[in-house]
Parts: sequence; structure tokens; C-alpha cells
Amino acid sequence: MPKNIKQETLGLNGDEAVAFAAKQCDVDVVAAYPITPQTIIVEKFSEYVANGEVKTEFVCTESEHSALTACLAASATGARTFTASASAGLALMNEILFVTSGSRAPVVMAIANRALSSPLNIHGDHSDSMAARDSGWIQIYVENAQEAYDSIIQAFRIAEDTGVSLPIIVGLDGFTLSHTLENVDVLSDELAKEFVGERQFPTVITHEGKTVPYKLDPDNPMTMGPIALQNYYFEFKRQQQEGMNNALKKIVEINNEYAGISGRSYGNGLIEAYKLEDAEIAVVCVGSTSGTLKVIIDELRQEGLKAGLLRLRTFRPLPVEELRNALQNSKAIAVMDKSMSFGGLGGAVFQEIRHALYDEKTHPPIINYIYGLGGRDSSPRELRKIFEELTRIVKTGNVDDQVRYLGLRE
Amino acid sequence: MSSKEKGWKEISIAGVSSKSSIGFMTGDWKTYMPERDLEKCTVCLTCVMLCPDNAIRWRPEMGKIEFDYNFCKGCGICANECPTKAITMKMEQE
Repeated sequence: MPKNIKQETLGLNGDEAVAFAAKQCDVDVVAAYPITPQTIIVEKFSEYVANGEVKTEFVCTESEHSALTACLAASATGARTFTASASAGLALMNEILFVTSGSRAPVVMAIANRALSSPLNIHGDHSDSMAARDSGWIQIYVENAQEAYDSIIQAFRIAEDTGVSLPIIVGLDGFTLSHTLENVDVLSDELAKEFVGERQFPTVITHEGKTVPYKLDPDNPMTMGPIALQNYYFEFKRQQQEGMNNALKKIVEINNEYAGISGRSYGNGLIEAYKLEDAEIAVVCVGSTSGTLKVIIDELRQEGLKAGLLRLRTFRPLPVEELRNALQNSKAIAVMDKSMSFGGLGGAVFQEIRHALYDEKTHPPIINYIYGLGGRDSSPRELRKIFEELTRIVKTGNVDDQVRYLGLRE
Repeated sequence: MSSKEKGWKEISIAGVSSKSSIGFMTGDWKTYMPERDLEKCTVCLTCVMLCPDNAIRWRPEMGKIEFDYNFCKGCGICANECPTKAITMKMEQE
């Protein structure tokens, strides 16, 4: 930590850490609908509003579809906008997820990741935001409450960068992070506000031929995204991909800049390599289970096993080059998926990692573990078996089942 | 695509319109077009008020009503609502 910057340590659960961060980011509009395990975020934020601690306009909507629509509209006027959701709530937003990214509205949304019905389950897995993979939102997944706090502050800077101008999801594991109390070091209000700064706008050319900031303004009228058919729609989609490409660079820059003021960084912002440099066997994981895996890796290292972890922090945009470089020395890799792609070849993360490594000269065996669905706990003992299995694969060269289920009863 | 159309690097983001709607002849694909019988028309302006595309114009200086066929989509609301049945919908000619 930079010595001259004093930080307060608060006892916060993941949701409270998110709400606290949003409070410090000078948010103009929050439109939200409560859903477990995200509810604490908007409850806490509505307390800040009621207490006069923030100047935010808080809109209580009748559904998540309306919540995100209100956020999109607010963002279009130039307001800094925040919301939070989970599971069925995110699913109900689905249509507007695409409208928001297509409108290049830098809405920041915290997702307390939760399973989807049916059967009903309120506990944590990644089924909700992984199903929103292709909706054009940046996706960052955090490991603990501290990172949830830090990532929300960074998220506004990433989303509002004029070269990016895309909405962003910050995912924290439901209950495991959302409802678990941790020590969280927080910046001063002034420092957080200074880091986030004023919202920046890309420029556009209006129908009157004026070059103006991209926001609704009676003095500079413009029509936002009314229709684009066969002749132009494709071009706008390609622009969104460019926003994602730019986000890859910006996430790294902002992670570094944030480290300068807070003393905290998360790998390079895209991936976090843990004892991976000389690792012969590697596990790729997203979210809070990475913390448990680090403890196991420390134990295995003491036993003389060269094990490592790659935590994929930024899932969209996918840091392909970083993944390839980080995994190039591995002799066997296990990819963890906390969601299923029914009927597909493994989970969403597995597909990406295996795909990214296809062009490498070396093709280490890669297996997939589906784990933790519906909040099922993955114990250290169970997770340890993954490394034992990878060791066996390195020795024998036999992969056997490519897609496996961790902690599932037969 | 024609060479007049611009590439993704040249156009504004997010589908911001480069032209106002005056440049889009939204009435050029209609099937039926309204015609007015001057003898039956009492110039009550009901059609002017009810046209959803603002394609019927009242010209007070000339004391007459004009259909703007560039923007009339041929929906027939004017004919349906006309109290004196002075407007009829005709098949649009080539």
C-alpha cells in the first residue's frame, strides 16, 4: 500500500462492499429491483439515498426489465448509472442487455451470481451471467469482497472510457461472497471520486452535421439507434467488437493505475497467474473458488508438486494472448466451470480456454470440471483430487473423460 | 453494398442517425393512397389531426388540405375517420 494514503478497514460482506463502492463513485441514477442474493446491494444503496449520503436518483421499478431500461435511458442522458441483479432478474433483463450494449451505454451492474430455476435455487453458481455471455457486456468476476469493492470503482472507469463505451458486469459469487463478512480496505471518498472522475463521452456526428458528445441534449438533438437494416447493422456490431478490443488495454491500464493509489492489483486486471510460471499442472478458475485453490496449491508446493492457478478475472473481453502465454508451460490443465452448457462440449470457460490454446505449438491435455452448481460446496479435499488427476494424466497421457462433474453423486 | 455506404470506422457509434427523417421517404412502399373528394370535404381537419405520420397538411393560406405522399404509408385512418366520407383509399398506381 502506498504509505501516504490512509485506508480504513471496514467489516463488509460482498454486497455491502459493492454498495459502498457505488456510493463513492458519484452515481447519478440507480434503477433496480431486488433479488436474492443481490438484494443487500440495492437495499444498502437506498439507505444511502434516504440518509442523504448520496445525491443519486433511486428508481424503484416493477421488474428487472424496467430497471435496466431505466438505467439505459438515464445513461443516454449522460448520467452515471448503476444497477445490480442476479439469476432470474438478469434473465428478465436479457432483451435490454443487448439494447444497452448496442446503445454503447456504460451502465455498471453488479451480479451476485446465482443459479437459475428450475428447480428453484437461490445459491451461487455462474449460470446467470454465463448465459449473458454474448450480450455485449464486459464481464469481470471477483475472488473476494475486497476485489468486489475495488472492481466496482474500476468498472466505471472502464465502461466510461471513450474508446470502450460499453456496459459492464461485475460478478461476485452469490452467498459465498455476497453474504460473507470480510475485512475490506476502502479508499477515502475524495480519492475514490478523484479516481473515477467525471463521465467521459465519445463524440458522434448528428443529423445536423454537428460533432457533439454522445448524450441526449436538447441543444444538440440526436436520434440514438432507431433502426439499422441490412446496409448498416453489421457495421455497428463490428464497432462493439472494437470497444471490447479497446477494453482489453484499458482494463490493464486501469488496474495498474488503481494499484498506484490503493496498493492492490489483481494480476494484470485480465488474468491472475498464481505460481504458474513453472507449473506443470494448472487449474483455470473463475471467481471465489480460486481462493480455496490457492491454499491447496500452497500445500501441494510444499509437497513438491509444481501446481499453479490461472484465475480468469476478465471473461469478456477474453484475454486470449495472456491466456496462451500464461499456460504455455503447463503439461496438463483442468478448467473449472460453475455453469453448464447443456449439450455442448463442456462449460463456457472450458470451451474458451481449449479454443484459445488450439493454435499453440504444444497441446497439453485439457479437462473440464463442472462444479458447485446450485451453490454446492466444493471442499478442499475434493478440489485436491483435481491436481491428483492432472498428475496422473501427465504421467500416463490418458485423459479418459474430458468433461467431469466435481462433487456429483452417481 | 453500394460505394456510397460508409465503413464501420467512419460512422458514428451506436446507430446515431446521420440523416433526419426528412430524408427517408417512408411512404414509398404504400399499397393504398388516400384521395379526397373536394365536393364532400368540409375542411373540418379531422384527418389532419389524426394522421399518425403528419402526412396531411393544412394550408390555411390556400384554404386547402394536401396529402404528402412521400410520407403517407396508406394506413387509411383518414378515410375511416372522415365524417363526410370524403376520403377514399385507392390502389397506388405505378
